[in-house]
Amino acid sequence: MSKAKDALLEPIVDNNPIALQVLGVCSALAVTTKLATATVMCLAVMAVLLGSNVAVSALRSKIPPNIRVIVQLTVIASLVIVADQVLKAFLFDISKQLSVFVGLIITNCIIMGRAEGFAMQRGPLESAADAVGNAVGYSLVLVLVAFFRELFGSGTLFGFTVLRPVSEGGFYQPNGLMLLAPAAFFLIAVFIWVIRTFKTEQVEEEIHAHALLELGDEGDLR
Amino acid sequence: MAFSTRFTVGFMATICVVCSALVSVAAVTLRDRHQVNALRDRQRNVLVAAGLVERGEKVSEETVAELFEARVKTLVVDLEEGTIDTSIDPTTYDPRRAAQDPEQRRRLAENSAGLVATAPYELVYELTDEDGELDAIVLPVAGRGLWSTLYGYLALEADLVTVRGIAFYEHAETPGLGGEVDSARWRASWKGRRAFDEEGKPVIAVTKGPAPPPEDEPHEVDGLSGATITANGVTGLVRFWLGEEGFGPFLARYAKERGR
Repeated sequence: MSKAKDALLEPIVDNNPIALQVLGVCSALAVTTKLATATVMCLAVMAVLLGSNVAVSALRSKIPPNIRVIVQLTVIASLVIVADQVLKAFLFDISKQLSVFVGLIITNCIIMGRAEGFAMQRGPLESAADAVGNAVGYSLVLVLVAFFRELFGSGTLFGFTVLRPVSEGGFYQPNGLMLLAPAAFFLIAVFIWVIRTFKTEQVEEEIHAHALLELGDEGDLR
Repeated sequence: MAFSTRFTVGFMATICVVCSALVSVAAVTLRDRHQVNALRDRQRNVLVAAGLVERGEKVSEETVAELFEARVKTLVVDLEEGTIDTSIDPTTYDPRRAAQDPEQRRRLAENSAGLVATAPYELVYELTDEDGELDAIVLPVAGRGLWSTLYGYLALEADLVTVRGIAFYEHAETPGLGGEVDSARWRASWKGRRAFDEEGKPVIAVTKGPAPPPEDEPHEVDGLSGATITANGVTGLVRFWLGEEGFGPFLARYAKERGR
């Protein structure tokens, strides 16, 4: 059981998919101008990740290694389409705002990464815990980023006015930069900085690209 | 464990069948809800263009449906003839689909909206006030912007000349630049402008910079800074749809019949 617990808790801060592995950043930029869209995106990612991890893990001994990525992608793509259909049916407004980004969950590196890097080697229970852990770690960053972007960019939280903007007779001058993609980069950077201040083991040693390439280790250079 | 080619092919085939079954079941079971959502969305945008509902305003689906039921009549308009065709059911006719169907669609020469073809019929919404008098008429419009085809509604007052409002419900223009076609402030600058000149030619245009108030300059709308191509696209598509190839024949006939 403790293995499953580790798989669940580790990705939240110690091995956060966005902050440490710097995966899935694309969607973290795109859907975080509002808390509502970020939350729904997180739930969709969690559902897909859970489904794909469990399915891949259950099939892992049957999947021929030479077509394993194709199998993983087929499973993930199907789950993403289902998630998109469900959102369109039950949360139409938000799914309109998320537009293509639900579909782009397919290309979210976290999901492929967990399927290939974890679920192919471990049992379904552990893989499920790993999926939830990673999704929570991803959600933590997204929700935090969205919290600051919506609060300072529009003066609202979940659409409710917190800081009344000047245009509506209030005192707050919304920060337009917060609504643009770079703001998410800055916020993620601050988040990484804060984590690494407390968890110094996450600080990367200075690396030289050529040295790594010579070792045939280009995997870390993504 | 070695995997034979036969196993590999069989395995992949099984995965594909299972996955496609999953996707099909989801699509089929949710289809009705999708259609209702799309219909409500369209209705809401008609109301937004007509100024009965503000964009982003929290209006329940029921209110939209009720308002629509009470105040709006959907007409199927034959674009070529300008007549109202009562033999077609507006609840099932889909102009977007018809515009893509090679059997049905009406091919166009080069035009200001940048469209290749339109549907032969379009759905026009007739808005009445509480007393049943004509309040506004809402026309669907579409045309090329910079990145995408913009789809929206243009609402005209009962005089069929003055603009009531405009609302785009689908586009993929740059957020913050061309995407400002959604902004309430820009849309407000359409209200009260005259779409046609004295001869009945559609002359309304999105200008550069702010436009003077409607009393001084009835035919110009505020520009969109940093979005000249989108702005020109909007000018082009509005003129197209109000012109001879768009709703021109319908509007002429409609005005005549109402004058009688």
